[in-house]
Amino acid sequence: MLRDARLVAGKDLRLEWRSRVTIGQVAPFALLVLVLFAFAFDPDSGSLQRAAAGLFWVAVLFSSVLAVQRSMAMEAADGNRDALRLSLLDPGGIFLGKAAAVAVQLVVLEVVLLIGIAVLYGTRLTGAGLLLATCAPATAGIAAAGTLYGVLAAGLRVRETLLPLLLLPVLAPVLIGATQAFDAALQGDLGEGWPWVGLLTVFALLYIASGVAAFGPLLEES
Amino acid sequence: MTTQSTESDRTRDPLPARDRPDDDTVSTSSRATRVLGALILVGLVVLGWVGLVASAADRELGDTVRLLYVHVPAAITAYLACFVTTAASAVWLWKRTQWWDLVASSAAEIATVLTAITLVTGMLWGRPTWGAYWVWDARLTTTALLFLLLLGYQALRSLPADRGVRNRRSAVIGLLLVPNVVVVNRSVEWWRSLHQDPTLFRPDPQLDGLMLFAWFVGWLTMTLVFVWLLFHRFRVGYLRDRVDDLGLEVALAERRAEGAADAADAGLPPAAGAPALAPVFAATQPANAWTFVTLGWLVTWASIGAYALWLVRTGRRLAAQLPAEERRWM
Repeated sequence: MLRDARLVAGKDLRLEWRSRVTIGQVAPFALLVLVLFAFAFDPDSGSLQRAAAGLFWVAVLFSSVLAVQRSMAMEAADGNRDALRLSLLDPGGIFLGKAAAVAVQLVVLEVVLLIGIAVLYGTRLTGAGLLLATCAPATAGIAAAGTLYGVLAAGLRVRETLLPLLLLPVLAPVLIGATQAFDAALQGDLGEGWPWVGLLTVFALLYIASGVAAFGPLLEES
Repeated sequence: MTTQSTESDRTRDPLPARDRPDDDTVSTSSRATRVLGALILVGLVVLGWVGLVASAADRELGDTVRLLYVHVPAAITAYLACFVTTAASAVWLWKRTQWWDLVASSAAEIATVLTAITLVTGMLWGRPTWGAYWVWDARLTTTALLFLLLLGYQALRSLPADRGVRNRRSAVIGLLLVPNVVVVNRSVEWWRSLHQDPTLFRPDPQLDGLMLFAWFVGWLTMTLVFVWLLFHRFRVGYLRDRVDDLGLEVALAERRAEGAADAADAGLPPAAGAPALAPVFAATQPANAWTFVTLGWLVTWASIGAYALWLVRTGRRLAAQLPAEERRWM
């Protein structure tokens, strides 16, 4: 299963590297969201600094919808889904591979966005350990849930509108948990952040397990 | 012209006129649901009398406590319906029979209606009690997200798709429904408790006998309503699948017309609440408690009534398209 996961992840990342959609389009979009937030909140009143953690994760969530849609659109072309089904790869492995590829892209996005809030909002990135410990399970959770709901919506004519409706309510706990942990880290209040990392880990494990279990039946359809 | 119309009439009716039983077997009701329906009516009368007339106003909450006799049962039953959806989805993924798919999707639709009612009655209770329709309390936030999850389920379910595909998709979403709600609830509860004491929704320790009884009758009635709706919704779902199976061109045409009606009906529970809510939102003065109580009760029972009526009518229309042996319920 893990070998299959590595194969699929390698394929997706190679495709991504050659097309450069995440770096060329999704990352600039995420930065654009940060700039738009600055227009919406008055940058001088300090509200941007206070809300930086939440705005960071909202930008990540919005971008993740794009990344997931891109990840599924790659399989939609030229009957790739059928090819995947016929490839005898383990469905759980396909799921893990696609989720891992999305996660890698999200990590790149998060780095860009962290630099973004440091530069644009003047946020001092303190508590690096907690920041990293938050990003890992949060990214895994977003990627796993996104891939699972992404394959549900894939192949539908209404997928662009349906996926956010299905996915974003599900990701609400990630937004809450990751924002709280980031807030704790940025305010130097590390003790309050760690329980949230626990919640994010539970969420990630739940979705990785569900995805591995449910991907087979979902891939059956066409 | 006349011949043409008779011709089309004949094609629309799969059964010759004499075989069309004019009795009430052309519907989704059976003896069991009629008995249930009678019990519900009795429960409603008792609930109305105990909840609105006989029981006293609460010492702290005043008359607004009467809203809780419909609000709390609706919320509990909505959660029950979600559990049914998740359990039935899990069994479907294992057994893959139509029966479990119909149970899951029926319970999910009823859960959507009841969650909408819970939210609307909760807001109507919150306005006179807290002075706001909405506060970011853990339970409110969880319920709102649950409603959005259920809307997503309905959106996915209503897409035109091969039945096997549709069932698989909705089973996965249904399976994740309760785990999602649990995670959302934990995170939201935690999130709020960091900022404020959970003072809201404190269970009232001083429920006197009659209030407890009113609450119990409300709970019992709402559970019976759920069972009744589940029976009818299940049969409507079954009939709809059967009518689809017939594959008649007429049935297809009907189905298209029905699709349009479905789209309108999907918005039924919120739509039923929305017009009632609009004037309330416009009102800036906190009106007296009875306005909110009356409005809440009306919204609850009118939405359930409208939904039940729609189910029965859809059931009758669908049943009329199938031969009698397809709809022997019990």
